[in-house]
Amino acid sequence: MQQRRTIDQIHTNRVLLNGQLDTPKWWAPTVITLGIIVAIGFFMIGIMVNKGLGVTGLSRPVYWGLFITTFVFWVGISHAGIMISAILRLSQAEWRRPVTRAAELLTVFSLLTALMFPLMHAGRPWRIIYYILPYDFARGIMPNVRSPLIWDPVAISTYLTGSTLFLYIALLPDLGNLRDRTTGWQNALYTILSLGWRGNPRQWKLQTVGGILLSALMLPIFVSVHSIVSWDFAVTPAVEGWHSTIFAPYFVIGAVHSGVSAVVTMMALMRWLWKWEDFIRPEHFDALARLLIVVATGWLAFTFLELIFAVYGLDAPELALRELQIFQWPWNILFITFVITGYIIPVGMWLQKSVRNNIALMFWSSLFVNIGMWLERFLIIVPGLARRTPFVYTWESYRPSGLEWFILFWSLAWVTFLMLLFSRFFPLVPLFEQKESETFSDSIKIGRVKVPAIVREAD
Amino acid sequence: MTLQREKRKYSWGMVVDVDKCTGCQACVLACQAENNVPLNLQDRFERARVMSWIRVERYWEGEFPDIKARFIPIMCQHCENAPCEPVCPVFATYHNNEGLNVQVYNRCVGTRYCANGCPYIVRFFNYWEPVWPEAFRNHLNPDVTVRSRGIMEKCSFCIQRIRRGVRNAERENRDVVDGEIQTACTQACPTDALVFGNFMDEDSKVSKMKKDDRHYTLLPHLETDPNVVYLAKIDTDKSAGESHG
Repeated sequence: MQQRRTIDQIHTNRVLLNGQLDTPKWWAPTVITLGIIVAIGFFMIGIMVNKGLGVTGLSRPVYWGLFITTFVFWVGISHAGIMISAILRLSQAEWRRPVTRAAELLTVFSLLTALMFPLMHAGRPWRIIYYILPYDFARGIMPNVRSPLIWDPVAISTYLTGSTLFLYIALLPDLGNLRDRTTGWQNALYTILSLGWRGNPRQWKLQTVGGILLSALMLPIFVSVHSIVSWDFAVTPAVEGWHSTIFAPYFVIGAVHSGVSAVVTMMALMRWLWKWEDFIRPEHFDALARLLIVVATGWLAFTFLELIFAVYGLDAPELALRELQIFQWPWNILFITFVITGYIIPVGMWLQKSVRNNIALMFWSSLFVNIGMWLERFLIIVPGLARRTPFVYTWESYRPSGLEWFILFWSLAWVTFLMLLFSRFFPLVPLFEQKESETFSDSIKIGRVKVPAIVREAD
Repeated sequence: MTLQREKRKYSWGMVVDVDKCTGCQACVLACQAENNVPLNLQDRFERARVMSWIRVERYWEGEFPDIKARFIPIMCQHCENAPCEPVCPVFATYHNNEGLNVQVYNRCVGTRYCANGCPYIVRFFNYWEPVWPEAFRNHLNPDVTVRSRGIMEKCSFCIQRIRRGVRNAERENRDVVDGEIQTACTQACPTDALVFGNFMDEDSKVSKMKKDDRHYTLLPHLETDPNVVYLAKIDTDKSAGESHG
């Protein structure tokens, strides 16, 4: 940790509550613009439901395309929350504190968005509403529990429930804080939401225990969610590019890579937009970048293992698929872009200490990661289906339609829109965590040097 | 639970003698007419959304001038161990007690997962609501559902004909006689390259043909155990007994 000035609690309250009590001028125009994009996006989805999936570029045999890619992408982003708030909380990494809420929020909103994609990409979405989501009493037929498409909603809704509870528990002290600083309808809102938070020792104890319990309970979800998403593909024996035993850990580590990078992007934006330079500091970016180097390298190992297994097995269809995926137009360009943006550029940058402490460079490198990670999913899903099967009658490719591209960008606007809307009513950086870290920080004397350190309560 | 093959009364299947196939596409047309499959107009070809429950694949073998055209009709293989079945979240496709891989249109929500799972790529998705020219409206087969948009469809082995045949036999208190039930494609095949029948009946034509030395199944390494058996092309140039494909 670097030497820094201490931040008093009054300053913390004033600055971190600026989103609610002193809304910045850019907020309203941005939210309105995003709101218009979101509305157009919903209209587009309406057109698709109304006219049929013919409006997409999907064909035969490429039955899944941009939508499923984007679904996997958003589930991947959602791994940020659990990584930051559960794993780093349990491993007591102090630098996680200012990011926990933003990460958890990203989880909730990206899961909500991810869930919409399998729904809208189905041929008859209205049927899903009464076949899968609630138990179907009317037909007397259980959903097919052998299908990964049943495991998906179970895993994702468990994750969503857990994350929402986690977010809310961590929000309680700040809601109490806001209740004491507002009047009128806002005060009424925060009074209800804060559930009678007064900050007495018993409440603090319950809140802390609740948080730790939830992080521990959510650890299995950390492994399960993206494993299950990967099994959507891995259980399909006929598609060489999908049928892989390493998909579960490969997808999980890829999800952490993209999710934590998305948190970096968001932290940079928060630091600039709300001017939280005192709270989101270069040392936080530095710590995240160090973590990301490890995660990204682990993920790259899986990427190459997958290719090595293909080459080692010398299975003709599998080799043909890899040849298509890596060397044939247009996949070759996408593959090169994917490797460069997903690993080479960002990790190359993060290895420099000067980059790790430079917010703008961290912002761009983390954006690159997510371009690369989206391409990774696209390159698994689409060339996997567009492979050259023994049946020449079905050799087709895939060109996404304009509507599909728009819905992809709509999902980005939609998540940003939800985040900004949230920021108007709830603080994005947990005030109590910030104050706690201030209280715990101390300096210890090692020889002649004074080193900043963290004091912990006895476990 | 689906009955094991041994316990069934009927186990429908097809034998395709590739040696007899001339690639005339009569089966394709018959299927299109029998099963109300939408017309494949230019747009469907351009956007790679052709629907054809049975298709005749053509291969060229050898180099010019010593070149041979090969044909192989491919339809749903009605696999006993079908990759499309377990992945359907709503049981829209399942294996019935007569060895058929059936598609329940009403249950289908259109996830298209089954189509991704199918190694033979014989499942078709209705991207648009199917339309027929006015003149064709009265030609639709009343025994077959017209599929709406957003659902999967595939070869059913003309299940409407199977049902009718079994029902007639039951009414007369007898078993279905071999050859009594014909699918549209087997009926239309001018060279009898396609033969449909009951694999449980030891004396049926399909059971006898299945025992031919030339028999093989498509993509056997996937262990899908198809109910469609192919008989290899006899190549007079090559030594006898060499297998096709």
